[in-house]
Amino acid sequence: MITTLFYILSAFTLATAFLTIFSKNPIHSAIYLVLCFFSIAGHYLMFNAQFLAIVHIIVYSGAIMILMLFTIMLMNLNKEDEKNKTLWSRLAAVISFCLVALVLLAAFIKAQQTGYTYEVSGEDYQSIKVLGQVLLNDYMVPFEFASVLLLVSMIGAVLLSKKEHINN
Amino acid sequence: METNLALLLLLAPLAGFLINIFAGKKLSGNLSGTLGSLAVAVSFAVTLFFFLQVNNTGEPVMVNLYTWMKMVNFDINFGFQLDQLSLLWLMFVTGIGTLIHIYSISYMHDDENIHKFFAYLNLFVLFMMILVMGSNLLIMFIGWEGVGLCSYLLIGFWYKKQEYNDAAKKAFIMNRIGDLGFLIGIFIIGYLFHSVEYNDIRNIIASGEADIDMAWLGIAALCLFIGACGKSAQIPLYTWLPDAMAGPTPVSALIHAATMVTAGIFMITRLNFVFDLTPDIQHIIAIVGAITSLMAATIGLAQNDIKKVLAYSTVSQLGLMFMALGFGAYEVAVFHVITHAFFKACLFLGSGSVIHAMHGEQDMRNMGGLKKVMGITFATFMISTLAISGLPPFSGFFSKDEILMTAFHHDKVLWIIGSLASIMTAFYMFRLVFLTFYKDFRGTEEQKHHLHESPGLITFPLIVLAILALVGGAISLPGSSWLNHYLAPVIANPAQHHALGTTEYMLMGIAVVGALIGIGLAYTKYISKAQVPPQDSEITGFTKVVYNKFYVDEIYMAVIVKPIYAIGSFFKNVTEAAISGFVFGLGRAATLIGAQGRYIQNGSVGFYLLIFVLGMCSVIAYIFLK
Amino acid sequence: MENILQEIGIDNYIYLSALLFCVGAFGVLYRRNAIVMFMSIEIMLNAVNLLLVAFSTYHQDAAGQVFVFFSMAVAAAEVAVGLAILVAVYRNISNIDIDNLKKLKG
Repeated sequence: MITTLFYILSAFTLATAFLTIFSKNPIHSAIYLVLCFFSIAGHYLMFNAQFLAIVHIIVYSGAIMILMLFTIMLMNLNKEDEKNKTLWSRLAAVISFCLVALVLLAAFIKAQQTGYTYEVSGEDYQSIKVLGQVLLNDYMVPFEFASVLLLVSMIGAVLLSKKEHINN
Repeated sequence: METNLALLLLLAPLAGFLINIFAGKKLSGNLSGTLGSLAVAVSFAVTLFFFLQVNNTGEPVMVNLYTWMKMVNFDINFGFQLDQLSLLWLMFVTGIGTLIHIYSISYMHDDENIHKFFAYLNLFVLFMMILVMGSNLLIMFIGWEGVGLCSYLLIGFWYKKQEYNDAAKKAFIMNRIGDLGFLIGIFIIGYLFHSVEYNDIRNIIASGEADIDMAWLGIAALCLFIGACGKSAQIPLYTWLPDAMAGPTPVSALIHAATMVTAGIFMITRLNFVFDLTPDIQHIIAIVGAITSLMAATIGLAQNDIKKVLAYSTVSQLGLMFMALGFGAYEVAVFHVITHAFFKACLFLGSGSVIHAMHGEQDMRNMGGLKKVMGITFATFMISTLAISGLPPFSGFFSKDEILMTAFHHDKVLWIIGSLASIMTAFYMFRLVFLTFYKDFRGTEEQKHHLHESPGLITFPLIVLAILALVGGAISLPGSSWLNHYLAPVIANPAQHHALGTTEYMLMGIAVVGALIGIGLAYTKYISKAQVPPQDSEITGFTKVVYNKFYVDEIYMAVIVKPIYAIGSFFKNVTEAAISGFVFGLGRAATLIGAQGRYIQNGSVGFYLLIFVLGMCSVIAYIFLK
Repeated sequence: MENILQEIGIDNYIYLSALLFCVGAFGVLYRRNAIVMFMSIEIMLNAVNLLLVAFSTYHQDAAGQVFVFFSMAVAAAEVAVGLAILVAVYRNISNIDIDNLKKLKG
């Protein structure tokens, strides 16, 4: 039952990802991407990582995608007027897609699995409580740096998108 | 207190230098000259203070500023040592320096770069003081190089004339050879003693405990002597000194007669305890000194340029001093250095006064009869000439006689050579005097019209120096020598002092008779027969060889300079072409690749991303799939 | 506790995220609309996040998931700055077609 669910969910993820890319209208791309993110959240749930799934939905579907949609609408890109790339470029893209896939899969297949056998220890490692403890004890400094990074990017974004006052 | 005074000693000329070099253009010539003289006069006053103090207490003043370099069991201090020897040197460096500064105010009056002249002179005095004051060999080396630099700057002071520049370069390069020897000597000394402090070296040698490699010590002494040769113009590095007369006359007097050229003697005297251990090197020093003395005196016989004669006489006198050093009679050499500084400075300044009156004319064939016009110059010049010729009771008699006496007791052959050189000295010096001051004037009418006695600023130093040349011998009279007593703490093994016996009086007599013979010869030739040296084209035979300085410059040119040029042009034409061809080839290849490669950078982000992805692929493939 | 990896195994997740990553890379190369290229980059980031979570579960270690948080923070920062740049670009050339952005050429 879980296996079936996994395959359906995976197929859905890949399909929406492809649709994101192939949609002519950026709005449609965005919507497909939101669906893709939801399916990935589904994967997280299957790992029993509920907190992560929630954060994922909030950050990606809630924040990032809304930001993107706003931008699209701000720029009035809500139409299917994008010209295709040249045939050569698209061919190169397809070839490199195949190449990347080939290389990655070949690398994974070639890397033999070690003698490590998977056993469930029963230990709690992904509840909010444990994650919070790990995040704020072991990863305290990176955590603070992340907050600084977000602050800096916020200032940067404000500065960049501000209208420039060019003299005459 | 002592540290501050010692620093004042050094800072006074430094301040003079800085003011004159940076602000001198805005000052009038007289003001910058006064400032320069004042700076050196301050140093002289401080030196006098220290001199009296050390003469009373007998304790040298040690000033250690800081540790300059720190190595494992090898520290080099930046310190100064004001002992009997260095103070003696400081006395006449600053004393004669002050007089010559005063003289220069008038002598360089018309020069547009007078502020630079005084700046360089002050700098020279500063470096000379560092040279003699340093408490170790490395500090001495700073001064050593510094005076070389100042000598170069001042010889080429009238830089608009190419031959003067060449003379400056020649002096610099010749000195450089010697400096290299000196430096190697310092290295070996440092290696042997783990110190370059004079006191440390002396204590190590005196204790006799350290196991010193005598072969290395000999090489060190030889290298140091080569350094002294370069600075003090001994064979084979003497040829720069006569050419150095291209500089203004006060420079010749201060640097190339009285002070800088005695640096080599100072250094050897300073390190007398090292040289005492190497008798072979001492022997070489004595022989080199004697030969230099004779050769320079011979060349001096035939020169017609008034300053060239004095230059060769300087080389000759320095040779005599080195001979004394070679015999281990350091006090005697120092004595001659001092008297020589007095009378040679006076002679040079006197010749400067003559040249001043003659409007730049230096050829004695065009002079004559100046006695009537230039009374003071003539009188002072005559005193100094008598001093250098070695007639009693002038100072030169005592010092030269002591050298010859020492030589007589050590090596009869060298004594004969030295005596011959002395006779020649008397001859050519009186030849100079007779040609310049006696008989009738041989120059042009215009020059004759201009002849005048020099102003007071020029004659005052002449008078002072002439008095010193007259009575300077008093510091070391035979029998009761103040100088020997004074220098005793500095010199490890004092020379044997010979009681005044029959031999000594006989030697004195011989010396005086020799000098009189030289004077007599000069008198018969140039006064009785009224000869004038022939023009350049008429000189023939051996005289021509001597007149052309034994063709030493030409030989050096052919044997050393030309082959070096040949090697240089070989490297320039062959090696450099190959190397630059290779380098330029690389450059051209890079340009070519770049010219093609710039098409890859076409500005298309998509293309960049494609290349990026492919590159990433190949990296992953290389890492995981090889 | 029941765990999905006991049923499916880590291999399938590796293949899934590898493919997802390829799709993202393909999107970056295929499209010329800068916003869609951004979305493709997000897909790639999510592929990596998914793999991190998978391995976190596999090793039963919270560190992997913590790392995903950081990755999300960085992604958010990146999107904010990137979109601001796009807005600035749009203001200058009135579209965000990357083929029109050739002025980076030296």
